[in-house]
Amino acid sequence: MNLIIVGLNHRTSPVEIREKLSFPAQTIGEPLRKLTNHYGLNEAVILSTCNRVEVLAITNDIEKGTWQIKRFLSEFHGIPLNKLDDHLYVQQGENAVKHLFRVGAGLDSMVMGEPQILGQVKDSYGYAVQHNTAGVIVNKLYHKAFQVAKRIRSETKIGESAVSISFAAVELARKIFGDLSGKTAMLVGAGEMAELAAKHLQSNGIREIIVANRTHEKAVELVKGFCGTAIMFREFPHFLKNVDIVIASTGAPNFIIRPDQVQDVMRERKQKPMFFIDISVPRNVDPLVNNIDNCYVYDVDDLQGVVASNLQERKKEAEDAEKIIEEEIEKFYRWIKSLDVVPTIIALRQSCDQIRKAELSKAMQSLGNLTEKDQKVLEAMTSAIVNKILHHPVTHLKKESNNIEGDLYIDTIRRLFDIAIDEEAVKKAQNNDE
Amino acid sequence: MSEILFYITAVIYLFATCVYSAYLFSRKDNLISFAQKVLISGFVFHTLTIAVRWIEAGRTPATSLHESLNLFSWLTVAIFLLMLIKYKQKVLGAFVSPFALLLILTASLLPKKIIPLSPVLESYWLPVHVMLAFLGNAFFAIAFFLGIMYIIQEHYLKSRKLKGLYFILPSLETLDELNYKCLQYGFPLLTIAIITGAIWSEYAVGSYWDWKPRQIWSLITWFLYAALLHGRLTAGWRGKKAAIFSGTAFMILLGSFIVINFVSGGAHGLSE
Repeated sequence: MNLIIVGLNHRTSPVEIREKLSFPAQTIGEPLRKLTNHYGLNEAVILSTCNRVEVLAITNDIEKGTWQIKRFLSEFHGIPLNKLDDHLYVQQGENAVKHLFRVGAGLDSMVMGEPQILGQVKDSYGYAVQHNTAGVIVNKLYHKAFQVAKRIRSETKIGESAVSISFAAVELARKIFGDLSGKTAMLVGAGEMAELAAKHLQSNGIREIIVANRTHEKAVELVKGFCGTAIMFREFPHFLKNVDIVIASTGAPNFIIRPDQVQDVMRERKQKPMFFIDISVPRNVDPLVNNIDNCYVYDVDDLQGVVASNLQERKKEAEDAEKIIEEEIEKFYRWIKSLDVVPTIIALRQSCDQIRKAELSKAMQSLGNLTEKDQKVLEAMTSAIVNKILHHPVTHLKKESNNIEGDLYIDTIRRLFDIAIDEEAVKKAQNNDE
Repeated sequence: MSEILFYITAVIYLFATCVYSAYLFSRKDNLISFAQKVLISGFVFHTLTIAVRWIEAGRTPATSLHESLNLFSWLTVAIFLLMLIKYKQKVLGAFVSPFALLLILTASLLPKKIIPLSPVLESYWLPVHVMLAFLGNAFFAIAFFLGIMYIIQEHYLKSRKLKGLYFILPSLETLDELNYKCLQYGFPLLTIAIITGAIWSEYAVGSYWDWKPRQIWSLITWFLYAALLHGRLTAGWRGKKAAIFSGTAFMILLGSFIVINFVSGGAHGLSE
């Protein structure tokens, strides 16, 4: 199977190059059709996201196909190839399969394990189907890639830990409080980030959200978005005793929540834990509050640290994901090869048998009056010759098809005997496999 | 017979502990499921050990220190497995498994022969008192592990450096609540154990209370746990403070139990 991926991503190229090479989804039909019609590729898929542009193609000749894709990228976007070439990576055959599986599972993404890429890969395949540039191999390959991504999601914890600040804050809240359904959160200051964190808290089932903002109207406006209560800013200290999670994001130049104040609050609320998320710079919550029993204070840097350690944890999971990918590649190749070798053998036998039958009938005609027994002997003899000649090639073909160079043997046999694959036989083999 | 089963149990618990340690180190989910299966199979053998010993001795196997530690170990694993069904705190097994192993190993070093119980102690109160006492202790042991888990998790959250066990330990509130639950079960059991002990003593030696070391120490533990429960209910003791308190109380309980029984040779010095 001659599969190639040519492309670039956030690691190999700066954004100035990536943006020039991108293919908008609305007009992707044209480049796809060009690839198959003008550049001689059998099947083609284009993946274009803000972090990567990749062309995946099936071709008869790997080297020529690679060159054609490069030429296409350069000509379509009007960038000289010498400027482009340094940024491009080329993956062929098994490496290309691996690359596609890794991309789909988010292992090649900037944020390890992020889930959006799978949707983008699905879209890119959808466009190829829509514009008739996806064939048998691309179909099978992409379905396998989606299946692999799904398996990695369910068998590893790669997508579990939060990798954005607002998610990290919610995750911490859940490590402190467990279930958030009985808890109350308060936003002191109504910045964009605080709003985002509040939304995450709400989707995690928090019971109530109170908003205090210096401009009261903004607080009132904000609570409409997630049915909470707006209070006057100066009153917020009186509400602290009923609040479990405080998200501070005011523009105040000094600490507005102090240890002595929190100590009193903790006494009033019988030491029930409190979680302070301080996303304001300069900070609003005195870091000394963290020293009070059952109080936890996280500022922006701490949350960044949490995100970093979560990413570290994801890397550990990525090792398992890579193992799954290796397994699946092997399965996929076994399938591809069985698909290739069976119809090849069938076609080989058929073409030899046709020659035998044609020659036999010619001979029968010129020999004239033959007894039934004579005819049977001739028939058996010619069959035996063909079978014996084909015996070694067929056994070797079967054996070699499981090895890495199996493709080469199959290809050679097809060329030497000038075999065209019968579509029916392929379909039959495919059905038997599934 | 019970001795062979006893050693099989010990070996399986050792294996379970190894797998649990590997889990804590690698944090791979399939390891903890495996460890759990190993622990459960160990528990099956442990149950057989206790049953066979019970039949061989013809009475509750809790007269020598060897028997007592063995029974304590069995009940702790049993309570853990029961709690697993309801609360699904798998990581707790990583603490219960080495503890069960430790108790069994200590028991294996002690004389294993079946000590005949003096006729004055033969009573229906024996199984009742012994089982209640150890059941209570098993709950306190679990509370102790939950406390350790709380302190570890709290340390991660306070220091704001999240790594290692942080990712697999449950939330603080879950740990604290379960700790409290264990006290709520353990404390009444301890109370009844002390009362049945006193009644048994009345039947056996004719007095409810003699101020023997065992009785004094069980009273001290009772007061400690009573204070903890009171503090939780009224003064808002929770979290780290409660975890440290219950940990200390459990260590006093365990220490006094082992020392007193070791010195007296079992049955709180009543068997001679």
